[in-house]
Amino acid sequence: MSDVCNNQTRILEVKDLFVSFTEEKSSLFDKKKKIDVLNGISFDMYEGEIVGLVGESGCGKSTLAKSILGLNKITKGDIIHYSQYPQMIFQDPYNSLNPSKTIEFILEESLKNLTKLNVEERRQKAKKRLEQVGLDDHYLIHKPGELSGGQRQRVCIANALMLDPKLLIADEPVSALDVTIQAQIIKLLAGLQKELGLSILFISHDLRVVYELCDRVMIMKDGKIIEDGTVDEVYRNPQTDYTKQLLLSAGIM
Amino acid sequence: MNLRIKKNANSIMGIVLTAIVVIPAIIGIFWTPYDPETINGSLKLAGASWAHPFGCDNFGRDILSRIMLGSSTTFLIGMGTVIGGAVVGTLVGALTGFYGGVIDEVLMRFNDVMLSFPSLLLALTFVAIFGPGKYRVMWALAIAFVPSFARIIRAEFKRVKNMDYVKAARLSGASDFRIMYVHILPNTVKVLINAVLIGFNNAVLAEAGLSFLGIGVQPPDASLGRMLSDSQTYLFTKPSYAIIPGMAIIVMVLGVSMIGKEVE
Ligand SMILES: Nc1ncnc2c1ncn2[C@@H]1O[C@H](COP(=O)(O)OP(=O)(O)O)[C@@H](O)[C@H]1O
Ligand SMILES: [Mg+2]
Repeated sequence: MSDVCNNQTRILEVKDLFVSFTEEKSSLFDKKKKIDVLNGISFDMYEGEIVGLVGESGCGKSTLAKSILGLNKITKGDIIHYSQYPQMIFQDPYNSLNPSKTIEFILEESLKNLTKLNVEERRQKAKKRLEQVGLDDHYLIHKPGELSGGQRQRVCIANALMLDPKLLIADEPVSALDVTIQAQIIKLLAGLQKELGLSILFISHDLRVVYELCDRVMIMKDGKIIEDGTVDEVYRNPQTDYTKQLLLSAGIM
Repeated sequence: MNLRIKKNANSIMGIVLTAIVVIPAIIGIFWTPYDPETINGSLKLAGASWAHPFGCDNFGRDILSRIMLGSSTTFLIGMGTVIGGAVVGTLVGALTGFYGGVIDEVLMRFNDVMLSFPSLLLALTFVAIFGPGKYRVMWALAIAFVPSFARIIRAEFKRVKNMDYVKAARLSGASDFRIMYVHILPNTVKVLINAVLIGFNNAVLAEAGLSFLGIGVQPPDASLGRMLSDSQTYLFTKPSYAIIPGMAIIVMVLGVSMIGKEVE
């Protein structure tokens, strides 16, 4: 695996991770079917780096993201976090904000559950985060249904930052958005990463965006990481045919 | 998700129809023009008059007063049934839908068995166990209605539980209880309200059915079903005795279902 950043502090360690799902039985006497999604994934992440995770749809990227954050049962392996409250930005902003709650309620939820801040302090923090993602504080009283896709994704980013996490997993955060909005959101993420010193695991299938945004890139295929190195290394000198293919079809090689 | 009733001809009609029965029913809980149980031989099967606009029944009791009292009994049985069925059904459906697993599997198979009987037949069984009378009928119906509520709410919880915003709530440190109560339940309200309205109608019809068969509300209590049952013998000599409670049932059920279609 890569030697990059080994002089820096580790923030996440994933060791030999296996995840499989059992399909719902359609009748009481059916045998459960097992689908192996992640087949032995190991990697580390370090403070302040943006790591791209690239692979075709269905290869297990979202499953990996959710497993890292404990939202999935894992079959085998270890996930060690060296930071508190790692957060996630989901792919579809139309389904990652609770439609029956106001933006204020959504943003303050984690503060209610995990901090001792009072009402006023919570509101101040929500306002501050909204401002950081480029939204006016009058959005606090709105419900997600009244916001555009781009605005929603900004709210999701603000929400992910409420607990001052050090590690952020962004699961194809722009693929559900218009092209013009995509660039804005990417720029926002890059800015916040610098400002707050975040580590970001950036899941994407856009190799160009990954090249611009990330320090390091991991290529994933069939539930395995088949390549892991600095963006320059991997893009200039891909080690596998699969990666070459990806770069070719993106028009980069 | 804001719940409201669409303003259109359908919903206004529904509200008017429901009100025609429910307002007298609510008044009937506290006050009726005459004592609905006082027997008066001289007024036996009396026709409509200023003093008794709907006439009198075979015991000379004022039909308007009995309709008011009967509607309120039927209304309260309907309400009690859906509230009981919805509360218990929501609890069961929420827990099984959220946690899944073996308990879910076992309870839902049991539920399927219960659902394979018409709820009236189920209620009949429970009435046979509890005995007749208005509160027992309410209990019997409430129990019979639990499975359908449980199934509807379970499906909703299973659907909403997989939404990313529920996963986000988990990352925000929300407990299981908080996730179910604060994050999932409000998003099932629309479906729940519809189920409650449909359930109310079914309960009204079931009460009428049970009372008509003579195993529901017992004399001297009045209910719409009970009045229908009492009026059978006089169907040809005094048809209005049967038509009035029959109309009250139809108008209330129609009104509620028209409102139900316009909730969004
Ligand atoms: N909860 C689940 N139950 C069963 N199968 C799942 C579940 N989540 C994901 N999968 C399966 O795992 C595979 C990988 O999915 P996913 O991680 O979403 O891929 P990606 O994000 O790379 O597109 C897919 O085949 C998908 O059908
Ligand atoms: Mg995905």
